[in-house]
Amino acid sequence: MLQKDPWLLPDGIEEILPAETKQLEILRQRLLDVFSSWGYKLVIPPLIDYLDALLTGSGHDLDLQTFKLTDQLSGELLGIRADMTPQIARIDAHHLRSKVPARLCYVGSVLHAKANDLEKTRSPMQIGAELYGHAGIESDLEIIQLMLEMLAIAELKPIYLDLGHVGIYRALARQANLTESQEDELFDILQRKAKTELDGFLNNHVHETLYKDFFTALPKLNGAEDILATAQQVFAQANSAVKQALAELQLLANKLKTLFPNLVINFDLAELRGYKYHTGIIFAAFIPNIGKEIARGGRYDNIGEVFGQARPATGFSADLKQLTRLSPINSTNPVQQLIFAPAIDDKMLVVKIRNLRTLGLTVIQQLPNQFGDAQALGCNAILEKNNQNWIIKTLA
Amino acid sequence: MLTIAVSKGRIYADALPLLKDAGIVPLDDPKTSRKLILKTNHDDIQLIIIRATDVPTFVEYGAADLGIAGKDVLLEHGADNLYEPLDLGIAKCRLMTAIPVGNPPIGRRIKVATKYVKSAQRYFASQGIQAEIIKLYGAMELAPLVGLADCIVDLVDTGNTLKANGLEPQSLIMEISSRLIVNKAAMKMKHAIIQPLIDQFERTLNLKQS
Repeated sequence: MLQKDPWLLPDGIEEILPAETKQLEILRQRLLDVFSSWGYKLVIPPLIDYLDALLTGSGHDLDLQTFKLTDQLSGELLGIRADMTPQIARIDAHHLRSKVPARLCYVGSVLHAKANDLEKTRSPMQIGAELYGHAGIESDLEIIQLMLEMLAIAELKPIYLDLGHVGIYRALARQANLTESQEDELFDILQRKAKTELDGFLNNHVHETLYKDFFTALPKLNGAEDILATAQQVFAQANSAVKQALAELQLLANKLKTLFPNLVINFDLAELRGYKYHTGIIFAAFIPNIGKEIARGGRYDNIGEVFGQARPATGFSADLKQLTRLSPINSTNPVQQLIFAPAIDDKMLVVKIRNLRTLGLTVIQQLPNQFGDAQALGCNAILEKNNQNWIIKTLA
Repeated sequence: MLTIAVSKGRIYADALPLLKDAGIVPLDDPKTSRKLILKTNHDDIQLIIIRATDVPTFVEYGAADLGIAGKDVLLEHGADNLYEPLDLGIAKCRLMTAIPVGNPPIGRRIKVATKYVKSAQRYFASQGIQAEIIKLYGAMELAPLVGLADCIVDLVDTGNTLKANGLEPQSLIMEISSRLIVNKAAMKMKHAIIQPLIDQFERTLNLKQS
């Protein structure tokens, strides 16, 4: 049966037409060139994969996001990747098997079963870079720098960098002996900074005043750098993991301030983006008038363990389609010469066209009896025979 | 520019004193003016007047930085992409089930007419009752009277509308009041303006309570 409107696309699936594709491709090449100049090697993981491999270390959310299909050869359940990071981690852990730091980057389409509430797309084009094999904040710093470099190339500004550390909440939850389901419930409340629900939860499940104070303070610990000092006072009696996390954030902030004196940095200690998956510092980049982060990342140590090698890891990713749409560089492309060649059987013309194309110019040859002329095809120059030579004549 | 989304009517009226305590006074009155954007005594703060159910949408997308929305609306809309840092304690009411006076209590398989589909689904599921939810946009009280549903789920304030239509409230699903909601990105990018505002609201609320 033919669909009623065969041109209609499924929800959240889009075609990118020539003009935008060109912009996207320019940006993609520039970004991959920069990643390469930082020593990040491009890899191409498969579009579909065993479901278990795709969901490694990521938990329930990614499971719901992943389109599933059955492999008719083996009967195994396959998934269409909703996030490429676990695949990159596998490449590092299983195929490269190196002890030295590995730098990998990637770009490719992913599919989301459920569209994000804000960006209605279900087919982002994920671009990102991952750094394996170093546990210190220097690698976090390198990845954040590279992310900022990416946004600078896309000429997106002003950038607001949001920094957090999932280790703080995780350590507090351990210290307060929360069960796994309580930890999840509190996580959900903290994501919404919902004070009323927080008070209710603490009254029901947390009995020690010290821990109550910790969790009550957490959603308010966001803002400029001074909140780190406040946090140190609030968490004076917290365990060493919390203090270590705060120290890491402070150190990272100091280094970022030196490198990017004009960057606005915001801290949010209750921000737990990708909590199930991340293990340390997390970060995101925002720009004005966009309600959600445009690039994100963080540390996810040891995810490669199931693939054969546990390694420290950190990385970032963004949606290349979104970056292209937001980027102002698109309109500033110089006008290119598009040359139209008539449909004449002439050996000299064939040679001329070949030479021009070798030089990198675009030549479109007319088809016999075609509809429309040079201008209709968007050409701004034409090849004309002058004596025995074919010359380019610019059209008005 | 800071944009605050508020819905017309009771929430707006109840929110005015709170805004006033924070030094924000609108220059127009939505009752007399048809403007949808209200200027305030601050050049860089404006109010937008929209339907209650649209408030979370405007704030989620960042079209408004802050908003005041009933918990009923937030539950229906899903509030994962928002911060709701304060219960403002205004426009209070209760989300309840109601049935015609004299009817036997509802059984294990019922038809429910409501505007609050998700909240009703969650509630009946938690009670182990198979509920067939019929979404209506208004005049829920009518549904049991004409045999469209066995029961309704609706907001109850005084209970007068129920009484006038021969219905009585049954079980309380949830106490409802209005929340302050904040766009996640705005909270990060306009923190220096938004946080003091939240703190001021909180002080006013604490004064009211004590």
